[in-house]
Amino acid sequence: MTATPDLASKPPAGTRRQMLGELWFYFRQNRGAVIGLWVTIALIVVALAAPLLAPHSPSMQYRDAFLVPPSWQEGGSTRFLLGTDAIGRDILSRLIYGSRYSLFIGAVVVTIALVGGIVIGLVAGFFGGWVDAVIMRVMDVILAFPSLLLALVLVAVLGPGLLNAMIAIALVLQPHFARLTRAAVMAERNREYVVAAQVAGAGRLRLMFRTILPNCLAPLIVQGTLSFSNAILDAAALGFLGMGAQPPTPEWGTMLAEAREFILRAWWVVTFPGLAILITVLAINLMGDGLRDALDPKLKRS
Amino acid sequence: MIRFILGKLLYLVPTFLGVTIVAFGFVRVLPGDPVLLMAGERGISPERYQQLLEQLGYDQPIWRQYLDFLGRLFQGDLGESLVTKSPVLHEFLTLFPATVELAICAILLATLIGIPAGVLAAVKRGSWFDQISMGAALIGYSMPIFWWGLLLIILFSGILAWTPVSGRISLLYYFPEVTGFMLIDSLLSGQDGAFGSAVAHLILPTIVLATIPLAVIARQTRSAMLEVMGEDYVRTARAKGLPWRRVVGVHALRNAMIPVVTTIGLQIGVLMAGAILTETIFSWPGIGKWMVDSIFRRDYPAVQGGLLLIAAVVMAVNLIVDLLYGLINPRIRHV
Repeated sequence: MTATPDLASKPPAGTRRQMLGELWFYFRQNRGAVIGLWVTIALIVVALAAPLLAPHSPSMQYRDAFLVPPSWQEGGSTRFLLGTDAIGRDILSRLIYGSRYSLFIGAVVVTIALVGGIVIGLVAGFFGGWVDAVIMRVMDVILAFPSLLLALVLVAVLGPGLLNAMIAIALVLQPHFARLTRAAVMAERNREYVVAAQVAGAGRLRLMFRTILPNCLAPLIVQGTLSFSNAILDAAALGFLGMGAQPPTPEWGTMLAEAREFILRAWWVVTFPGLAILITVLAINLMGDGLRDALDPKLKRS
Repeated sequence: MIRFILGKLLYLVPTFLGVTIVAFGFVRVLPGDPVLLMAGERGISPERYQQLLEQLGYDQPIWRQYLDFLGRLFQGDLGESLVTKSPVLHEFLTLFPATVELAICAILLATLIGIPAGVLAAVKRGSWFDQISMGAALIGYSMPIFWWGLLLIILFSGILAWTPVSGRISLLYYFPEVTGFMLIDSLLSGQDGAFGSAVAHLILPTIVLATIPLAVIARQTRSAMLEVMGEDYVRTARAKGLPWRRVVGVHALRNAMIPVVTTIGLQIGVLMAGAILTETIFSWPGIGKWMVDSIFRRDYPAVQGGLLLIAAVVMAVNLIVDLLYGLINPRIRHV
């Protein structure tokens, strides 16, 4: 008797491989998505190998090289490929180390928001009634504030810093996951396979996490990639406003904040950190678009 | 229809109460004693401390304080700024038109470019226009707008020297505030060049603030059009020999607009978040910059009031969008 729900909730290995194969097949057709994937992989490699790749230490100040322009411009040297900032630090090295922060922020924020949102959404959708009403009103309250403003105020309460910025952003992004999970759970809850598992004696937790959840994953994965890029943007914005990572951390948004006063004198100090943010966010969004198209059966054939 | 409106309004009451709890709670969970904070660096005598404590109601139980807060709120009293000592509501209302002016210009720009671009991209699906505009939309959607603003300043204010770097109008002009909207006031003043100066100050912030909504609207319009153009009634309209222009412009576009209007409405939250960054970069004297400054000055009554009022504005706009949605799509009124 207990073998039946097991079969229902856990497809044999062959089927799973086939599903992943199909996903990859559709994903591969989207050229932008594949480029996004490669750029993201490259960024992960850069982040992991930062000490090997960076020509200088990200915090080393060269007293003889303040605001040196990039190597191809007059006055630049190959010693500092992308130039140096106002206190003589190598911009390329700081960017390479900065990739660690951005990817780390994205990963941590999405993990917190995803896990929190899934649990809250599952509980709301599964139990319904007043539990659902209360939870969803709380989510509405969070969504009533512009996300960056709420994150900014939360960081003001918790104190400026990278960790608090990540907590604040995760809290602000989490209602989207809760809403998606809840909607999916409510659509699935009365389907036959769920009733069958229930009749077979599956407990509540098992029903929620093993029977229903795997069938709601597609929209959550798409939202996860979009939130990843949102998290990077918001964290950079908080850093730019002086409420995120604090100097001398080579976080890209914080680098931009430090560079602001030199904007009309040294374009490279401002241009490169922002370009790094844009490329990272763009790559992840391209990937997210590809995933959405590959996972959404309605658009597959159009 | 009236039942529909009342239902929507009623639905907002718990959310708004939740917003007041967040705004009220924000000041309470801050580390440090509010009275000592008010007293500032110089310190305060124990008698005066007790007096202020009672005067501000901090000696009351927390639920009582919250009810007092709510009571004052409904009389329009949001407290006084710690820095300027003027009422928070007054400060908000003085600065609000600057943000509204910027936001209206931005949403107009985003809509006027975004919808035609999206329609054209959908109609000419797969063409070079489709690919380039959707590529640009994805870049816009991924843009760190605070950096984008700095780049525009480097190019247009620095290298080309076409536009001013900050503020709403050149200091050369002075005229009384009538509407609070610089574009209108400068015209009313009748001074030569005042309007031009206001426009020049407005261009770059508008572009920066419009970037993300523009990208979202263009993408949404394209996908809504593609979906609608696969419907039976569009095929029928073509089959009965209507001109292609009319099929796209009337049959498809009107139905595709339903999700697009919602999208435009939802951008208001995005605009308020964007205003924080845009106004900071361009020293635009609006609500966004005021909030950031207040947070840094630890002006908690201002932050509290601002948080509450901004959420109220966002909720009100969302309500209007909901009602408009019911108006253009009668089906949902009865659900």
